[in-house]
Amino acid sequence: MPIEILMPALSPTMTEGNLAKWLKKEGDEVHSGDVLAEIETDKATMEVEAVDEGTIGKILVPEGAQGIKVNAPIALLLGEGEEASALANLAPPPPAMPSRQEQESPPPPDVTSEPASPAASAPSRERGDGRIFASPLARRMAQHAGIDLAAIRGSGPQGRIVKADIDAALSAARGAPAAPATARPAAPAPLVPPAGPVLSKERVAALAGNPPYTERPLNAMRRVIARRLTESKQTVPHFYLTIDCEIDALLKIRAELNSKSEAYRISVNDFVIRAAALALRRVPAANASWSEDAILLWDRVDIAVAVALDDGLITPIVKAADHKGLAAIANETKDLVERARAGKLKLEEFQGGTFSISNLGMYGVRDFAAVINPPHGGILAVGAGEQRPVVNDGALAIATVMSCTLSCDHRAVDGAVGAQFLAAFKRLVEDPLTMLL
Amino acid sequence: MAETSFDLIVLGGGPGGYVAAIRAAQLGMKTALVEREHLGGICLNWGCIPTKALLHASEIHHLLHRLDEFGFSAKDIRFDAGKVVARSRAVAKQLSNGVAHLLRKNQVTVFDGHGRLAGKGRLTVEKDREPVAELSAEHIVLATGARARSLPGLEPDGDRVWTYKEAMVPTAIPESLLVVGSGAIGIEFASFYHDMGAEVTVVEVLDRVLPVEDEEISAFARKAFEKQGLRIHTGATVAAIERTDKSVTARIEGGGQGSELEIERVILAVGIVGNFEDIGLENTGVAVEKSHVVVDEWLRTGEPGVYAVGDLVGPPWLAHKASHEGVICVERIAGINDVHPLDIRNIPACTYCRPQVASVGLTEKAARDAGYEVKIGHFPFIGNGKAIALGEPEGMVKTVFDGKTGELLGAHMIGAEVTELIQGYTIAKTLETTETELIRTIFPHPTLSETMHEAVLDAYGRVIHF
Repeated sequence: MPIEILMPALSPTMTEGNLAKWLKKEGDEVHSGDVLAEIETDKATMEVEAVDEGTIGKILVPEGAQGIKVNAPIALLLGEGEEASALANLAPPPPAMPSRQEQESPPPPDVTSEPASPAASAPSRERGDGRIFASPLARRMAQHAGIDLAAIRGSGPQGRIVKADIDAALSAARGAPAAPATARPAAPAPLVPPAGPVLSKERVAALAGNPPYTERPLNAMRRVIARRLTESKQTVPHFYLTIDCEIDALLKIRAELNSKSEAYRISVNDFVIRAAALALRRVPAANASWSEDAILLWDRVDIAVAVALDDGLITPIVKAADHKGLAAIANETKDLVERARAGKLKLEEFQGGTFSISNLGMYGVRDFAAVINPPHGGILAVGAGEQRPVVNDGALAIATVMSCTLSCDHRAVDGAVGAQFLAAFKRLVEDPLTMLL
Repeated sequence: MAETSFDLIVLGGGPGGYVAAIRAAQLGMKTALVEREHLGGICLNWGCIPTKALLHASEIHHLLHRLDEFGFSAKDIRFDAGKVVARSRAVAKQLSNGVAHLLRKNQVTVFDGHGRLAGKGRLTVEKDREPVAELSAEHIVLATGARARSLPGLEPDGDRVWTYKEAMVPTAIPESLLVVGSGAIGIEFASFYHDMGAEVTVVEVLDRVLPVEDEEISAFARKAFEKQGLRIHTGATVAAIERTDKSVTARIEGGGQGSELEIERVILAVGIVGNFEDIGLENTGVAVEKSHVVVDEWLRTGEPGVYAVGDLVGPPWLAHKASHEGVICVERIAGINDVHPLDIRNIPACTYCRPQVASVGLTEKAARDAGYEVKIGHFPFIGNGKAIALGEPEGMVKTVFDGKTGELLGAHMIGAEVTELIQGYTIAKTLETTETELIRTIFPHPTLSETMHEAVLDAYGRVIHF
């Protein structure tokens, strides 16, 4: 019996992913630990390693396939001495999800794939012969309710689908306003529920007056950006505070520090990260997140730094940034940025954080307002350091000024708190020796 | 110096406790078990097992008195009550030793003594009021079981008024006996003593015998018992008793009427209360309600790290329920991920009176009350070849299905050997079969189990042999 290679869950919340690339082809021998394929999740590309030894008998999910459910078989591995004929009796594999750009219209609401229901979050174990293990009662109940068993995760022995799983799917469906209990589901719903009215490409093209266009397919990262930022702008009450910081002293110290060693190269942004971390430490009320139960004041300062990629952005995290010196921050961000651009970040390196920083200064942007990345309570948007006329003691002077705009979640962080944070931040940036302490 | 630090400690060596301990050891936990009296608990020493030995004796006695039906004759049939009891005790002893062996084999350390919680993760053991050991473990499972409930005015005295314990070791079979309570324990003793020749009266406060069983089964049982000669008063209470050296006079009241009955002994079987006292629950988060420890679906008490299983946490008071809870509790602690909470509808219950009674799941009334549109099937033993060949044509099987989904909601049986048959329906329920699979299952012929198949067929209008 060939061994199934299943779509791995690369994080506890992952329910599906895209098969970015096969590194082995049918007929290749594999050894335990060999990299078989690359899987693209929300934000990162991860490698799938072989657990068993053998020969790739059949690839079930082609390269580029999208929305493959966790635990769905993606290939069959022939054990030692097993002939390819062992595959002959196996029914065709369960079809991979249609790739997103082929999906003309959103699928109908699906009672079985409401993300709120853990029971429905991933398919049950399915063998290569297409058999789904489910109790007779569960089968009959699913049939009556029009539920596709393939979309149900079984909680019984060996993942067998039992009555309780169908009950859970039905009650999840009842709880979901978008999917009335009478809905007859057909296809699985998309991973990312459409936010607001559905904008099909035809509709958008029509709204623009149908000019010619080129399509760029949506990858998982783009969908996450779209969903999370839409959600943020729609649900998080943003307000904005801007402050100007003179950074001539900072630039001078930076040059001195960088001339002392080849072991690091500190950027202005590294100073900004350190100053923000220390300012959050001094104004802990700004290092906070909203929840329905309470405002959570974080004991750690984990700063997510937005990094632009060719096809999106990602926010690797400098953890406990208030406890790290400038050189450490510099080396860590350099490493994170490099690996982010290579798509090699681990999940825990870009998921989480308590506060974010976005810097567009290198593009000459003077100031801008960023969108909060929930559950963070704030994001600091950093503009370019540029020479501007300033007034000192009634006299005009020239200084290098950097404008920073803080976006706050007003549910967790009030205006005065945000202002105190910015004041503390400005003091540190303008008197950079204090942040070396 | 014995080891005192464990991963898991079980307090109580009955079927809940010792099974939990063995399962924990199987899962790699360093496990201890504390038992103050007998390994195997009430079930093995003073309950299920010794009573089955007694009931087998009374069944033989009954058979010996109907030898003529089968073409035999024998004269001068007698028994020695002492030997009957001695065999029952020997059976219990053998099994208790067996439990000790199983615990050793699984490397469970057994402490002989009375255990008490003593602060977080700690348990002290004392024997004869002397401290024996101070143990610690992250997880402590309470499995201290239960004991007979007493009624005011009817307090057991070990002589005229017995509990199950004295009733199990009679020096002689009393000529007349009053059994108070017609649950499983009361009815089994009534059946045993009646078949051994005693004149037995049963008083039940509810309106039927075996009140947790399906109403039709209760009615069938009552008819069978009365035909045998048992006297049964339902909806009645024992208002007062008067004890003398030789007898007891009981005043039985019910339905606005009263009567006096003189009997040699009384057996009190009116339920049980949990053994929650003196095990150190004071100053812990463990809540006790109506003598039972309150637990959640994973058998966790209100005190982190303290769990409780079995009779201590409430009905049904059945050894196999206790064992299963022990396993669920321990597997959950071990982080096994496909553990499901106990489904009370899948716990079979057996009563070893004559005729035997066995059931699993919802009664017809409970199913209707729960809003199911039920389909009901019946099949009588008289329609079964094997039952007639055995001379056991008295019996019935009843099935309760959900008419919408075909789920087997309950099965209720009375008749010869039904206690051995009920597991078939229990497996069906646990695997969530519908009527379709049961109908398609081939039952061997000739067996009593064919009645089970027919009772399913009957629910769907397809019965063959009746």
